[in-house]
Amino acid sequence: MNNEIAVLFQNVSRVFSVKQEDQTGGVKAVDNISLEIRNGEFFSLLGPSGSGKTTSLRMIAGFDRPTSGKIFLYGQDVSNLPPYERDVNTVFQDYALFPHMTVGENVAYGLMIKKVEKTERAKRVDEILDLVRLNGFAGRKPSQLSGGQRQRVALARALINHPRVLLLDEPLGALDLKLRQQMQIELKAIQQQVGITFIYVTHDQEEALTMSDRIAVFNLGKIEQVGTPAEVYEHPVTPFTAGFVGVSNLVSGDEAKRITGSLERFSIRPEKIHLAKPNEKFGQDMFAADGTVRDVIYLGLYTRYLVELDGGGDLVVVEQNLKTTSMDVMKVRGQSVRLLWKKEFVRYMGN
Amino acid sequence: MLNRLSTYLYLRPRLTLALLLLPPLIWFVVVYIGSLASLLLNSFFYLNSFTGQVVHKFTLGTYAELLEPANLSIFWRTTIMAALVTFADAIIAFPLSYYIARFASKRMKTFLYLAVTLPLWSSYLIRVYSWNLILTKEGILSWFLQIIRLDGVLNWFLNLPVVGGPSLAVSATGIFIVFAYIWLPYMILPIETALERVPKSLVEASSDLGASPNQTFRNVILPLAFPGVVAGSIFTFSLTLGDFIVPTLFGNSSYFIGTAVLSYQGTSGDIPLAAAFTMGPIAIMIVYLLIARRLGAFDAL
Repeated sequence: MNNEIAVLFQNVSRVFSVKQEDQTGGVKAVDNISLEIRNGEFFSLLGPSGSGKTTSLRMIAGFDRPTSGKIFLYGQDVSNLPPYERDVNTVFQDYALFPHMTVGENVAYGLMIKKVEKTERAKRVDEILDLVRLNGFAGRKPSQLSGGQRQRVALARALINHPRVLLLDEPLGALDLKLRQQMQIELKAIQQQVGITFIYVTHDQEEALTMSDRIAVFNLGKIEQVGTPAEVYEHPVTPFTAGFVGVSNLVSGDEAKRITGSLERFSIRPEKIHLAKPNEKFGQDMFAADGTVRDVIYLGLYTRYLVELDGGGDLVVVEQNLKTTSMDVMKVRGQSVRLLWKKEFVRYMGN
Repeated sequence: MLNRLSTYLYLRPRLTLALLLLPPLIWFVVVYIGSLASLLLNSFFYLNSFTGQVVHKFTLGTYAELLEPANLSIFWRTTIMAALVTFADAIIAFPLSYYIARFASKRMKTFLYLAVTLPLWSSYLIRVYSWNLILTKEGILSWFLQIIRLDGVLNWFLNLPVVGGPSLAVSATGIFIVFAYIWLPYMILPIETALERVPKSLVEASSDLGASPNQTFRNVILPLAFPGVVAGSIFTFSLTLGDFIVPTLFGNSSYFIGTAVLSYQGTSGDIPLAAAFTMGPIAIMIVYLLIARRLGAFDAL
């Protein structure tokens, strides 16, 4: 059961034609994607806008259809099924609550359509509003709710149908940072409680890292990498993933050669680099680069340094402010430093 | 100088507001409310039938006159006609508005918008008269029906009581057709606007929750577009109530409210009765608006 595949993309492409007469010209929103999402997973589609993640989600929901390729839902080919014949539900980015209905009517909508009996309906509405901590709100109109509450109604309205897969299209995008972080934890808890496969679209790498079991990194309609948050963060296989998930220093060409002795491109995370005194000794397992601190940005929890390398190019270094204060870190500006990091943290990415 | 004036006004938002509101308020109070008040006032006077002079003394007699069967039937006839025209316009306008709002390409949309509003650029009278050419006994319609050998059906229809008449151009049906045509844009535009304002994501959400297109239409689109239908119906209903040209041109001798008012104040100079008559549609519209508010037509405004 656990290894069952919930959603399967088989060479899926979606081309939006710019002009209808011109069949050849068009935008490839999704470009030959193959993907497996397992049953019960919290799976994130992560990427910048226009990377094809939302189009992929809409094709699972049925709002969009693949130009070529096939999509399977628990083994059933759904590529050409309308949304109302698929056992998936969606939490929309703008929540899409029906403004002429109360919270209770919104949540009960799916059951009403399925002609579930009234008392049973009311019971399940109560249960689900309990789950999203909105008991007592059933009689209100969506316009009387805050953004966070609307978000919960949207979630309840989708979950009440016990879909096999729940799709979430940047549902936290409109909330402020604090509320967003709180909802991230709550969403993850709800997902574990109900045990439904969640497919989550986001452009926020931190959000994806926080909640997901696995992440697919999208770029220009293709999938760059699929893996657990730790895999994607620690072992990015493409320069794009390295740069998009967290911050990375991408070093190539002569600059790379001066450090590693090879022309091969590599990435190194800013927090893996240690800021040391000039001429500090280092072991065989370390790489080193000398430079001058050009810029210091104090961010409270940590400080970000921009170091210009003597041989050209620059690296970003992040250090936690364990013992330093803002006064201390500012003094580093303009000083010569040696940057040291363990060879094992370097990710090579070919030429 | 101009700069100092704008700074002066910027710092006094209330004065600016007063200056902006003054002209329309004067117009509204003096011309609009004023004429209505004078109408109301006149309706309480009466006509001396011997001298033909208006007697400026308070009476409810004019209103009592309205309740005479002949006058009551005028109110019924007009109200039923207005209701039928409104209903027909809503039925005709909805599919077209739906197509414009949801399916038409940008180009098609512009074209249809133009097609809907273009008739409003031409004279009302011209449009009404052109229907005369269509509906009259020797007109296009009967000519066409003769070709497809359906003129028998037309004659049968014209022999029916109430809806029939000597020809379509002289019948209640003719009045109905021309009214329905002439007020149609006022129904299409508000419905189209209301449909346009229904976010696409609501339709998607409904189908996502298992509703077939049919169910989505009934549960989401129609309730959200309904205020537009009511807004349009306010136009079609009130315009039909007050119109006197169409009944004059296409009717037999039976009066509508508009034609009655025209003949009382024009031909017989009975301003008080004409004024009382005018109060009729105003009262009907007030009742209508109250019902519309009950139905939630103004909730979305």
